[in-house]
Amino acid sequence: MPNAPLLELENLSTHYVSAQGTRVVRAVDDVSLRIHAGETLGIVGESGSGKSTLALTIMRVLPPAARIVSGRMMFEGEDLLHKSDEEMEQVRGRRIAMILQDPMASLNPLFTIGNQVAESIRAHEGASRAKAWNRARELLKAVRIPSPETRVRQYPHEMSGGMRQRIVGAIGISCEPRLLIADEPTTSLDLTIQAQYLKLLRDLQQAHGLALIFITHNLGIVAKMCDQLAVMYAGHVVESGPVSRIFNAPAHPYTEALLNSIPRMSDDRERLTAIDGQPPDMSRLPPGCSFAPRCPRAFDRCLQMAPPETVTEEGRTARCWLAAPVLNTNQPALRREAV
Amino acid sequence: MSTSAEILTLPSRPPRFAFLRGLRLSGFPLIPTVILVGIAFVAVFANQLAPHNPEVGSLAARFKPPFWETGGTMKYLLGTDQLGRDVLSRLIFGARVSMVVGITAVIFAGVVGTTLGIISGYLGGWVDQLIMRLVDTWLALPALTFAIFLAAIAGPSMWNIVIILGITYWTRYARVIRGEVLSLKEREFVRLAIVAGCSKWTIMRRHILPNVINSAVVLGTLMLGVVIITEATLSFLGVGVPPPQPAWGLMLSDGKQSLMVGRWWLTIFPGVCIMLMVLSANILGDWLRVKLDPQLRQL
Repeated sequence: MPNAPLLELENLSTHYVSAQGTRVVRAVDDVSLRIHAGETLGIVGESGSGKSTLALTIMRVLPPAARIVSGRMMFEGEDLLHKSDEEMEQVRGRRIAMILQDPMASLNPLFTIGNQVAESIRAHEGASRAKAWNRARELLKAVRIPSPETRVRQYPHEMSGGMRQRIVGAIGISCEPRLLIADEPTTSLDLTIQAQYLKLLRDLQQAHGLALIFITHNLGIVAKMCDQLAVMYAGHVVESGPVSRIFNAPAHPYTEALLNSIPRMSDDRERLTAIDGQPPDMSRLPPGCSFAPRCPRAFDRCLQMAPPETVTEEGRTARCWLAAPVLNTNQPALRREAV
Repeated sequence: MSTSAEILTLPSRPPRFAFLRGLRLSGFPLIPTVILVGIAFVAVFANQLAPHNPEVGSLAARFKPPFWETGGTMKYLLGTDQLGRDVLSRLIFGARVSMVVGITAVIFAGVVGTTLGIISGYLGGWVDQLIMRLVDTWLALPALTFAIFLAAIAGPSMWNIVIILGITYWTRYARVIRGEVLSLKEREFVRLAIVAGCSKWTIMRRHILPNVINSAVVLGTLMLGVVIITEATLSFLGVGVPPPQPAWGLMLSDGKQSLMVGRWWLTIFPGVCIMLMVLSANILGDWLRVKLDPQLRQL
């Protein structure tokens, strides 16, 4: 690695604990990831695999029932987990920004667009009203809103969905953050608008050199947008590495199954392949690998012992006994304990 | 055929002031508004309008009936009371007391109740528990008895009454506003503000407050009637506005002995004034509530 990563997650775990403390859901379990400046990291997984919880953990805006139980989050050399709530307010929006799942509803209906774009600029940079508004107009131009001069004075209900989305994007980049987390930002948009928005995000990323974490369940978007990929299943990152290499040769059977379930234009298959079975109950995970019950290539050990995260090749990891370089029972288990 | 003809004749752009039609002034309670505006006008210009000093009377002219009754004179249009003070002048200055006490008490209660309601709803946790249990306790106390108790401690004065009424009625705001905040704080724009790094206080001030102000205003209009009645009751019981200041409740109280001997004008006039004002405030409040509630508003 030429330089230190912008954000490095080490063995991060976030659990949801029920009121009586009887049920524990390991929404994010032992996740290690890194992202460099200017890179795009795609996080894919089924619903409930912990993608959004991971994003909320990085921002430290978890609901009250969630606990970050262990790990480190090194961001620009500081551990975000050691910051006070007041210090986090300075990080949020300014150094790490986030675009929410439903940007359509993310704007306050009572304020004009300019007001809302200018708000975080004024809050974080203490800019004067006039300066913040000028900057808001520039930002609207940057996200390709036509005639920003009139748009800044309009209210959210006067905009189309795609426009509101771009405005939320403008708020995201308003304080020139180093890292932008986009949590399924295109799910509520139709396909043509999606493509436009993704292109816009890419252009913004290149123009500002920011790192982008892109959370989605759409592998097609990942192929187009991302440099790095992390596949999540039941709270674990089951595979991570550069997108092209994972797409060419997936190391984990789950990734392979996901890739096989994408329809292709050249497809002559009669039916799409689906993954049999259901994602596991997150509060009662099986003792072994959590994907084992659905895995076509599972064998005895998969059902008994969870596989550790192993480096399969330079820059790639997988959590699968099949990917472990040495099929030695003791060694990986020791490794896990040492962690 | 006719519909297509109508479509063709539609203007290419909406006419100016089209937004006014959106307000749907039909069903607007005109008479109550006129009454309230009239009372407010009289209250503001009481010095110019009142024919006599409301606090000084002439004992020679005690118990004069209204001018149309035998013995009445045009000098005292609505008659005089037991101290020979002009009833009309006292009614006019009484409007000022009712208006000032009613409006300031409603605003005072509204500010306190809305603030605590927002804090309680947004922060949740033990703060919410503390404020809501306080509200429960408050509501368990009989409002009037509580107000009399406070008045006995504070002593009679108009501004004490304002504070007492505010202390008595803030809980209603707190309850309603807290409920609204609970649903507002789950909205996406509040979550966006959180991830944008806004502090809790900024979010409460910038995002929550403007969204609950509608409800607070409606509640305030509806509370105006309750507050005016309570003020009149306190004055009637002698723990409200101190004599010789003219207050409608006080006039009722003064007139009650002479009602039995046929001097009806001493109680009927202030009674009617109180009734008109409270009724108008209630009707206007109801209309506002329907107008500002999107669920009841029809397109």
